[in-house]
Amino acid sequence: MPSTRDIRRRIKSVKNTAQITKAMQLVAAAKMKKAQDAATNGRAYADLMNRVLVSLKERADEGVHPYFSEGKGEKELVVVISADKGLCGALNTNLVKKVITAVTSADADFITVGKKGAQQLARMKRNLLADFTIKDPARFAELRSVGVFVQEKFLSGEYRCVRVAFTNFVNTVTTVPAVEQLLPVNPVTLGGKRSYEGGTGMGEPNDATAQAATDYSFEPSVREVFEKVLPQYVNNTLFQMLLEARASEHSSRMVAMKNATDNAKQMIKDLTLEYNKVRQAAITNELLEITTAKMALE
Amino acid sequence: MAFRLEIVTPEGKAFADDVSGVVLPGALGEMGVLASHANLVSTLEPGELRYTREGHTHELAVGSGFVEITGNHVNVLTDMAIGAEKIDEGVVEAALARAQERLKGAGDLTSEEVAATEASILNSIVQLKLKRKRRTI
Repeated sequence: MPSTRDIRRRIKSVKNTAQITKAMQLVAAAKMKKAQDAATNGRAYADLMNRVLVSLKERADEGVHPYFSEGKGEKELVVVISADKGLCGALNTNLVKKVITAVTSADADFITVGKKGAQQLARMKRNLLADFTIKDPARFAELRSVGVFVQEKFLSGEYRCVRVAFTNFVNTVTTVPAVEQLLPVNPVTLGGKRSYEGGTGMGEPNDATAQAATDYSFEPSVREVFEKVLPQYVNNTLFQMLLEARASEHSSRMVAMKNATDNAKQMIKDLTLEYNKVRQAAITNELLEITTAKMALE
Repeated sequence: MAFRLEIVTPEGKAFADDVSGVVLPGALGEMGVLASHANLVSTLEPGELRYTREGHTHELAVGSGFVEITGNHVNVLTDMAIGAEKIDEGVVEAALARAQERLKGAGDLTSEEVAATEASILNSIVQLKLKRKRRTI
């Protein structure tokens, strides 16, 4: 049986832990609100851009822009957007698991944004091309360098396609790891569900594109429009994916820390009960000893 | 006849409603769009967007981007969309001065930062133009 002193010490240490996790929970909750707003607000823009470009891709002539068709190379380029820090539940683990199942070819090259993904991929001896670190909260200008790098790599013709692994933010308790194709232009699911149907070539197009069976005219010209819009599309979609990942990170951290705090509180309760039991037992014992001693004297 | 106009920026949906006409700052100059326009995709320059809803014309300052016109939908994707009444001249002027200051010491900026700063200068100028035009009327 542990002594009262031991239990007291344990209660104290659990209390300290609870205090820390509580503080981390509050910090994460504050960041979470901002990150969630950023992710949900940006979704409309990224979704619309994706829908427009997918419908244009289906109508555009072959070879009008390199971003519409697969590259000549055999390899895949995978961008992994993970968190920089741990203590956010199974977020990073789930993401890496998803990457392993989705990326089957052994010679795929990786670009990482965020330390955790980089560490895990390096441990698995995967081929890392570059590792970017982006501050929190994320700024578009910072991410642009990633977008430019990805596009350079794709245009070099070395790769067949570019895919991005990130965590979709659905709501505070639900985050879904996903691997989506960024290049060539392809329907992308953001925030857990796609805002439109069709675009895969098989589904029915929605009302907005239904009337658009005829060809588009382009101003100033097809080439100029795509040359201006497509790089923007890549950067913006990447940025939206980063926002989703950040919102997921802060949400999972908040939830993980809340669970830790709740568990610590429960533990304190249990330990206090145990402590009182031990204390009571000691008192009863002492009383017993005194009465027996007294009876022996009589 | 009315058609659907949607203006979307990275910060969210700026506008979505039925309008009877819209004038856009296209790459080849101002472009008026009415209902049943032919399908068209055009890039947009920073400038002034005017739409007419229920007989009233409203003006917005928009940044660069592009527009997709299909059937009776006009989708405008731009990096900025602000109504004249929301533009604060003092704030915009300060932002403009700050951006120009940054550009002067451009030696330590990367090409991406220069591009971003130039874009923000253009957006500021567009906002000021719209605001001042309204005042002189």
